[in-house]
Amino acid sequence: MAAQAQNGGTPLPFAKLVARMANLMVGLPDYDSYVEHRRLNHPDQPVMSREAFFRERQEARYSGKVGRCC
Amino acid sequence: MNGTAGRLVWLIVALVGAASLGVVALSRGETVNALWVVVAALCTYTIAYRFYSLYIANTVLKLDGARSTPAMRHNDGLDYVPTDKWVLFGHHFAAIAGAGPLVGPVLAAQMGYLPGTLWILIGVVFAGAVQDFIVLFASTRRDGRSLGDMIKSEMGTVPGVIALFGVLLIMIILLAVLALIVVKALAGSPWGTFTVFATMPIAVLMGVYGRFIRPGRVGEMSAIGLVLLLLGIIGGQWVAEDPAWAAAFTFKGETLALMLIAYGFIASVLPVWLLLAPRDYLSTFLKIGTIIALAVGILIVMPELHMPAVSRFVDGSGPVFSGQLFPFLFITIACGSVSGFHALISSGTTPKMLETEAQARMIGYGAMLAESFVAIMALISACVLHPGVYFAMNTPAGVIGTTVDQAAQVVSNWGFAITPDELAQVAKNVGETTILSRAGGAPTLAVGMSTILSNLVGGQSMTAFWYHFAILFEALFILTTVDAGTRVARFMIQDLLGTAVPALRVTQSWGANLLATAIAVAGWGYFLYQGVVDPLGGINTLWPLFGISNQMLAAIALMLGTVILFKMKREKFAWVTILPTTWLAICTLTAGWQKLFDDNPAVGFLAHARKFSTALADGKVLAPAKTTEAMARVITNDYVDATLCGLFMAVVVSMLVFGILNIRKALANPRATAHEVGIGGAAIAAGDD
Repeated sequence: MAAQAQNGGTPLPFAKLVARMANLMVGLPDYDSYVEHRRLNHPDQPVMSREAFFRERQEARYSGKVGRCC
Repeated sequence: MNGTAGRLVWLIVALVGAASLGVVALSRGETVNALWVVVAALCTYTIAYRFYSLYIANTVLKLDGARSTPAMRHNDGLDYVPTDKWVLFGHHFAAIAGAGPLVGPVLAAQMGYLPGTLWILIGVVFAGAVQDFIVLFASTRRDGRSLGDMIKSEMGTVPGVIALFGVLLIMIILLAVLALIVVKALAGSPWGTFTVFATMPIAVLMGVYGRFIRPGRVGEMSAIGLVLLLLGIIGGQWVAEDPAWAAAFTFKGETLALMLIAYGFIASVLPVWLLLAPRDYLSTFLKIGTIIALAVGILIVMPELHMPAVSRFVDGSGPVFSGQLFPFLFITIACGSVSGFHALISSGTTPKMLETEAQARMIGYGAMLAESFVAIMALISACVLHPGVYFAMNTPAGVIGTTVDQAAQVVSNWGFAITPDELAQVAKNVGETTILSRAGGAPTLAVGMSTILSNLVGGQSMTAFWYHFAILFEALFILTTVDAGTRVARFMIQDLLGTAVPALRVTQSWGANLLATAIAVAGWGYFLYQGVVDPLGGINTLWPLFGISNQMLAAIALMLGTVILFKMKREKFAWVTILPTTWLAICTLTAGWQKLFDDNPAVGFLAHARKFSTALADGKVLAPAKTTEAMARVITNDYVDATLCGLFMAVVVSMLVFGILNIRKALANPRATAHEVGIGGAAIAAGDD
């Protein structure tokens, strides 16, 4: 399966790295990578808007069974 | 590689590390500089990472960089996303670093800085980081499945259920002890209470902003929140200085506990975007920022440690927690050395995002080293205080009284000479009316941090600001954990109840939600309230229970790791997990045994219950109880604590037995039997048990 790495194998620029790190720290993966993934692998299916993506991820973060650490 | 030069560098790192550790361990002068501890720690980490984690990666686990990971196989752009390793490192670190590594080392400082430092360093290298690494590896090879699922599939259904039950008990105790820390920090402190209360409207405002005004702009909403938060701290000072407002925000521990229980219930049934999520963003960024600021502060200020290397309280008579160095130091410092809770994180979101299996080393082992460094910084912060201040802050009022004169006298008699004026001055500097008997670790850490940070920015005049900033920072992410944890406990309870009454499992049902939430809140609320009214400060009772439960979970996770190594036919290397499993089992079982059966009522729950029962039979009333009903409640609490402690021990013992049975089965089978999902998604070994 054409599972591409998020950064396409090259190191991320520092500012981008920090921004992505900060977002993922609060449970938000990279939106552009999501869109790219949908475009490549599921071109016939709908793609969530940035807002819908944010809401979906926010719900998912707190409805799982893994809590925060002590 | 560049052989000789490389070897030379590592030799130098080793020598510098050994020399620093030597200074830390052997220095018996007046003070020792914190920088020695920092250098010793950093050298230990780099050497452990370069050599031991590489050995585990290449020889023990044989990480396969070419093997497909869950992120590659199931990429959905959401949960399963191949993620840059540094980005994922940040995510994983933020998830494992919480209040634990900040509080445990502060409490352990009563035995001096040396025992804590050694256990943090040795523990992380051989136990904590190994656990996080191996669980992450195992989960990555099993499609990112959870710890409970892996125990079920590798060890059997019964051990799986026992482990889940153990996790639920830990959640309850963890939430109670964390909530207790907040109560202890805010009781009688209008400044602290106001700023913490202010976080709620701030979070709601952020939530509305991020939901309706500028959807999804996490950076913007967090920046707004941060500015308001800083205004909240400044406003807190104004509140504290105005007699009428100060009175409105001054609460007793009991009141705060009840408020927190009500809050926990409401917050965990509200929609997440309104309160939980925005506060989570704020607390995560504040946590990372403060950790970095503290590291910079320690490196620049280079404070002296005033605590002795080894204090007289290694004999078990210490006021912060009772019991001797072995086993109680090893359960008091859990997170920072080894924390079972991390096994849940390492088998949670992280394994679903690894680009390659080889990165499990940096993320599993590496992030735990970083967390260990947080624990070292917390220990330093506690030890830069005058020991007299430390003990005055951490000793219950029942021992040192309620005035600075009494406290100074008692603490000075212990050999930590301090005057009443000095104690009063510390309180004044941080903008509080008193600092006496503020057990729980957070206030002590806050005084230590404010000492370091005010030397970095602002000087003396900023001490009070930094103190309340530190209190706020801890309270903020503890409240986030309480509210997220209540949700997790609710799901677990719904799952458990669902096995009996399927209707209760439906998470969309309000009735089932409210019932399970009420059970979860009642569970931790009970222990919280019990801790607040405890004359010994509550932390004394609850922290050991939390430590035992957390190390118990670590022992379970490492036992799973051991079973997996045997099933992979790597038994030759299984000492890597057997060593820490054995040590943790010895510590938790010894500590559990002493908490149950020790004759000293300060240590043993049953001895304490006996003491109160005898007094009750004689018609006497012992403090803190004022009535015979209160006496009866103390006795009930002792039996509840004893039962819980016994349950933890039973869980450890049964998991050890199941582990050994599985190991024997694996040894008897000539083939590898681990249930891994491999290249292309095919099960490598279709297990036969």
